[in-house]
Amino acid sequence: MSARSLRVSGLSAGYGETEILRGLELAVPPGRITVIVGANACGKSTLLRTMSRLISPHQGHVLLDGKSIHRMPSRQLAQTMGLLPQSPIAPEGITVADLVSRGRHPHQRLFSSWTAKDDEAVASALAATKTAQLANRTMDELSGGQRQRVWIAMALAQQTEILLLDEPTTFLDISHQIEVLDLLVDLNQVRSTTIVMVLHDLNLAARYADHLLAMASGRLHIAGSPEDVLTEETVRTIFGLQSRIITDPISGRPIMLPIGRHRTEGDNA
Amino acid sequence: MTATTASMSSMLEGRRNRARRRQMVMTILLAMIAALFLLTLMLGQSFTPPAELARVLIGEDVPGVSFSVWQLRLPRAVLGMLTGLCFGFGGAAFQVMLRNPLASPDIIGINLGASAAAVFAIVVLQWNGPLVSVLAVLAGIAVALAIYGLSFRNGVAGSRIILVGIGVAAMLESFIAYTLTQAPSWNLQEAIRWLSGSLNSAQLSQAVPVLVALVVFGGLLLSRSRDLDTLTLGDDTAAGLGTDVAQTRIIVMVAAVGLISVATAIVGPVSFAAFLSGSIAARLLAGNGSVLVPAALVGAALVLLSDYVGQFLLPSRYPVGVVTGALGAPYLIFLIVRLNRTGGSL
Repeated sequence: MSARSLRVSGLSAGYGETEILRGLELAVPPGRITVIVGANACGKSTLLRTMSRLISPHQGHVLLDGKSIHRMPSRQLAQTMGLLPQSPIAPEGITVADLVSRGRHPHQRLFSSWTAKDDEAVASALAATKTAQLANRTMDELSGGQRQRVWIAMALAQQTEILLLDEPTTFLDISHQIEVLDLLVDLNQVRSTTIVMVLHDLNLAARYADHLLAMASGRLHIAGSPEDVLTEETVRTIFGLQSRIITDPISGRPIMLPIGRHRTEGDNA
Repeated sequence: MTATTASMSSMLEGRRNRARRRQMVMTILLAMIAALFLLTLMLGQSFTPPAELARVLIGEDVPGVSFSVWQLRLPRAVLGMLTGLCFGFGGAAFQVMLRNPLASPDIIGINLGASAAAVFAIVVLQWNGPLVSVLAVLAGIAVALAIYGLSFRNGVAGSRIILVGIGVAAMLESFIAYTLTQAPSWNLQEAIRWLSGSLNSAQLSQAVPVLVALVVFGGLLLSRSRDLDTLTLGDDTAAGLGTDVAQTRIIVMVAAVGLISVATAIVGPVSFAAFLSGSIAARLLAGNGSVLVPAALVGAALVLLSDYVGQFLLPSRYPVGVVTGALGAPYLIFLIVRLNRTGGSL
């Protein structure tokens, strides 16, 4: 069980003068999977970016074990908290093994050499993401799903107790989305990694999250278990959409069925 | 478990192969530099056989040969090599940092900034010696800062820096041309040196500032080379890996501008030397480790080779910058066409 506590207190943040997050309070349950959902421009990516120190807060703090992450040395933070941004760039011609090795960066000192411990971390990250057989291929030879698994492997090689991911399933087809999310659950179960991610798809979020954070216009609307958070009221507030919530027969989690103006059976009744 | 061990050994073997390939590229480059260096020493108006050259170098006085080796060929070879290292090193640092081969200091006007300051100092202020180099370095940094400032809008994008830089470069070039026409007794040699770079007036004493720049700024760059390499994954990923992106940018920029400006103050803004070195090194390595040192080696080989070609293989004698310019221009066009299609990076 991961013992790290990650908390957000009185957080206001945004880009330049524009304030997107307004007075946010929340706690990330350690060792669980937390998913942030909300409509476009509600601030969910801004929240993740502030939590991973890509943005400095206007007010308030992001606290890791009670200490503000914006005052920690970057290398030290990167040993505890990993980040997979929305569109990482693979340098031309880089091999999978080399890319995953970059995950060891925060553990290395100036001019220190590569150790057997680094090799083990990389090999186990490749094995966990089933990318070991791709190790000597270059990134441009891989499919979108494979590439995303390699990026996750890089974050794994970093061996952090907390991992933040910004929409890790974007641009993937559905089978690869499931594959990536399953992989994250494995990681959470095997390594007890605390996972915080932004997901676009409400139903996948409800299925894979232990803890859901629903945001609306820069504020936290509601937080809790998927059953508590994914309600018809929540969907109406954060998306302005009528819906019906039923229980997903596969996972037992709530699933949201949107109600539009057309193609609804009850329409004529 | 056996599967993990097997895949681990294949991973290790792959890495060994890539390390071997990198080693090979570096060895070939070093051999080329050594060969070109010797060639420059042996060939001038007349050919000096190796045995005779050795006698001259250990201090014997060989009539007619000692003078041309010590006063003409050695300064040329030493400065060609050292400034080539600077151009390659500094150029690659810029290209890697901004993830774009077009973001080379000779395309975005940093060389020309140093060059313009040197011309101004010599022609208008009538300065000479190390002061000129100091002013050139300061001007290089000032131009880099100006381009950075002008390109700043919610952060700095590589493409904006390139476009602003190309504009700045054009302005500086016309400033240099204008200042040269105001010079009381300027000669064509000098003019060409400050417009496209030349080794014709190289002196051995000029090697000192270049060597100092290589040690100080080159050392600074190498100490940041791991952080710089994470920037190739994108700024966000680099930050997630614990790199202080803003700090790394500033240090790398100052070091690279220092290298480029000192070299430019001595031999002029050798056209496209920085641009070509980084790109060639990246092609040779194909994603196989840091490109900085290989690019420096390519730079040295390129400047020595171009100088040799300019002096002896063309119908009349051309300064080194004309040859590198002739090589660089078509490559630039090729790259722009290719980037347009793929949006690729270095």
